[in-house]
Amino acid sequence: MTETNAAKPRRWVIWLPLVLFLGFVVLVMFGLFRPADRNVASQLVGKPMPQFSLPPALPGRPGLDSKLLTNGKPHLVNIFASWCVPCRVEAPQLEALAKAGVPIEGISVRDTTEALQGFLEENGDPYQRIGADDDGQVQLALGSSGVPETYVIDGKGKIVYQHIGEIRPEQLGLIMNKLQEASE
Amino acid sequence: MIAELGLAALWMAAALAALQLVAGAMGLTARGSSLGAVVRPVAVVQGLLALTAFLCLIYVFAVTDLSVKLVALNSHSMKPLIFKIAGAWGNHEGSMLLWVTVMGMAGGFVALVEKRLPEPTMLATLAGQAFVSLGFYAFLLIASNPFDRLSPVPVEGNGLNPLLQDLGLAFHPPTLYLGYVGLSIAFSFAIGALVTREVGPAFARAMRPWVLGAWIFLTIGITAGSYWAYYELGWGGWWFWDPVENASLMPWLAATALLHSASVLASRNALRAWTVMLGVVAFSMSMIGTFLVRSGILTSVHAFAVDPERGTFILGLLAINIGGALTLFALRASTVTEGERFALVSREGALVFNNVMLSAILGIVLFGTLYPLLAETMGAKVSVGPPYFNPMSALFAVPMLVVLAIGPLLRWRRDRFQRIGRALVIPAILAVAAGIALVAIGGVALLPFLGMALAAGLAWASVLPLRERNLRRTPLPVWGMVIAHFGIAVSLFGMSCESAFNVEKLVAVKVGDVTTVGPWGVKLDSIEPVAGPNWTALEARLLVRYGADGAVTRMAPQSRNFWAPPQQTSESALLTRWNGQLYTVLGGEGEDGRWQLRLWWKPFVPLIWIGGLLIALGGVLALLGRVKTDVRRLIAKDKIAYRHERKAQLRKRP
Amino acid sequence: MARLLAAFLMVLGVAAAAPLLAQEEQSTAPYAYRQLDDPAKEEKAQALMESLRCLQCQGQSIADSDAPIAGSMRSLVRERIEAGEDPEAIRSWLIERYGDYVSYAPRITGLTWPLFAVPVALLLLAFLLLRRRFGGNPEQGGGA
Repeated sequence: MTETNAAKPRRWVIWLPLVLFLGFVVLVMFGLFRPADRNVASQLVGKPMPQFSLPPALPGRPGLDSKLLTNGKPHLVNIFASWCVPCRVEAPQLEALAKAGVPIEGISVRDTTEALQGFLEENGDPYQRIGADDDGQVQLALGSSGVPETYVIDGKGKIVYQHIGEIRPEQLGLIMNKLQEASE
Repeated sequence: MIAELGLAALWMAAALAALQLVAGAMGLTARGSSLGAVVRPVAVVQGLLALTAFLCLIYVFAVTDLSVKLVALNSHSMKPLIFKIAGAWGNHEGSMLLWVTVMGMAGGFVALVEKRLPEPTMLATLAGQAFVSLGFYAFLLIASNPFDRLSPVPVEGNGLNPLLQDLGLAFHPPTLYLGYVGLSIAFSFAIGALVTREVGPAFARAMRPWVLGAWIFLTIGITAGSYWAYYELGWGGWWFWDPVENASLMPWLAATALLHSASVLASRNALRAWTVMLGVVAFSMSMIGTFLVRSGILTSVHAFAVDPERGTFILGLLAINIGGALTLFALRASTVTEGERFALVSREGALVFNNVMLSAILGIVLFGTLYPLLAETMGAKVSVGPPYFNPMSALFAVPMLVVLAIGPLLRWRRDRFQRIGRALVIPAILAVAAGIALVAIGGVALLPFLGMALAAGLAWASVLPLRERNLRRTPLPVWGMVIAHFGIAVSLFGMSCESAFNVEKLVAVKVGDVTTVGPWGVKLDSIEPVAGPNWTALEARLLVRYGADGAVTRMAPQSRNFWAPPQQTSESALLTRWNGQLYTVLGGEGEDGRWQLRLWWKPFVPLIWIGGLLIALGGVLALLGRVKTDVRRLIAKDKIAYRHERKAQLRKRP
Repeated sequence: MARLLAAFLMVLGVAAAAPLLAQEEQSTAPYAYRQLDDPAKEEKAQALMESLRCLQCQGQSIADSDAPIAGSMRSLVRERIEAGEDPEAIRSWLIERYGDYVSYAPRITGLTWPLFAVPVALLLLAFLLLRRRFGGNPEQGGGA
């Protein structure tokens, strides 16, 4: 592009478009072959559980207060809803965990009492307490972007692990390991 | 039967593209020069065969031939005919077939009419066009055959997504594709010129009408797409800086720069290497944009993840086409001199400034669009959106628009500001007056403020090139430039107004309630069920009135339920006045029997798209002017040739 | 436009996200579809909402999405603005939970500095190109 030195463009400038394009190709190759990870993970893993207090989702059952999670024992906090299809898929696994003595606390998101009752009758009820997060505000406080999600909390109320999506049968071992880590 | 015919036509077109490439390349050598003669006819037939294949696809969609897999997957017998036809290109395979059809037709058209360039350059150009086409033919035939049969034949098709069942779909993608692919001609011309080292005014003049044509379609496509998103999505937004939109904006920016630099090359034989590079870059942006959208790697919907073969295939195509062209450019550009010199204050100087700014905006849009992908390689997720793109592009757009007001008044080669200074006094006063008025109104953010002030000045300045001219003798390209630049001012004013003075109202109302939004009174008269060909809907009957004593008008936004496939959409209702648009949407019903209404009063919002259409109209006028001159020149040439012949004949006689 | 893309991709039969059949999600979030009474505060909330990303949609801000979680987020924004919180504090609160992904306005961090360096570099490059093109004595540049 110089006019004064010579009426010809500089050599390195001429190769610049090609170099930039090759950079693009490499970048896109990475994008094409990287495993698809569409989950937005919570940044609170490794940090204390935020304070919250949710009213009971079902009449006659207790609600959920974050203070209850600091009783020295690890907990599972399961975010679920009756309108969520994958929640039905993970119900047997939660059932199994509850039978193994794991305390599971539920947070039902944007749900109604009747729908929730129907869901629990159909799919079983592994929960010690269920807090009603009808406005979805506690879900946001936890950094959860979808349903279902399951948080492993240690005895001091620290979030040890966030499981995004339903817990599949083959992932039961993973959850047990995380609970084990949390209790150490 | 028709599907097989289409497939056969596609195979033959691919074979002819191969022949075109080989013959074109051979024609450049001394030994194969006789082969050169077949290149033009082959290019024409290849285009017609691609068109045949495309028409066959439209036919199987029109009659809903469910034995064709693509039809079964994407269509439904219960759809209105227009959407059946539009469905032919509303899917991956069909849109790729549309792509090669446009490419083949454009190549054939060039082969038929372009006679100004030296024959070797034309051969290289058509060979280049065939080379790019061949890749896309291979992609279609190997990795995405649109005519695949399905066995057993299903009873009914899957249907078309309701959001796409709209007249917008019928016109938006084909228009955009005409623009994208039209730029392939500029790409091939650039290749041809580089191969034969014929970069000069003749090359620019030959390329210019094709770039103009593609640019007109791109402008219309983007304008239509923006309006389509605006009324279809039901939230009143018209530009989201979303990767899909950016993919259409990038080729437009490159083509706009190319148009202006080509005019410098054509008139003044300067900016040679730069113009050739823009020719390569413009179509590269089309391909990259289409790839990014089709592959879905930016939107995290892994479209190709289902079929990685396609993603790799098309990326390979890009690497060969663009990488090859840029390598050729780098090797040859050092032998292309930059050409004539000029001063900073000159028409060329202003156009160079415009080119640099447009390229910078292009760079920012491309970088910002790709950055989330880059961040993911570093293990983090980031979002880049309007709060980034708006100010960053304004950083370059504002100085560019200022120069846009001045540039067209300058003379070629060298000029002085003092000569044109007086003409610019009124635009400057207008801009300042608009600024003062906005400060008086108050509460206007910086960008809309700058936008409106600039628009006021630019609107006046854009018509200044017509002063001291005889309007009836003014050439069409000058008219085109004036109207396109005026269109930019109009569009800019609409955008700024929308962002500064938009009034939003979300309400829950009972039937019979009256609410207000901006100067409008809105009454929910009733809610009625209505039925369409493949949907049922709840329709809100609204009575609206502008001001206290305006006429009462009906509006009817709907909440629609489609049944094939089942999906709910909200159909907005719009009411346009000279000074803006009332935008109404019907939401859901609350438990207390109230209905959710979303209402917007958007002052001067239609100017955004009217401006866009004016820009395109300017392009059309310029194109007509160029073609007229070319035709005249051809006729004159023929006349001269005829006279020479007659003279020669007369001389022969004793 | 993003939703149109989503629709396009769904048409292609490649949408990875399975459409939820049971859409009975019911939110009682008070400000999902209700504006704040104070227009100045609502304007602040609107500006913030337009720059926050909906977590379940494709490239839409929470200001123009019908997704229920976007409704919850709108309510969160409006409630906190109503309570007098600073918009940027709300943004930081969300970034603390969801990372930079949730905000359309990138902050300058170790990760995102190139986004801001590139425009500056382009500005410099443009300046240099123009200077070299027309550099030195303008009279001299005019010689053909």
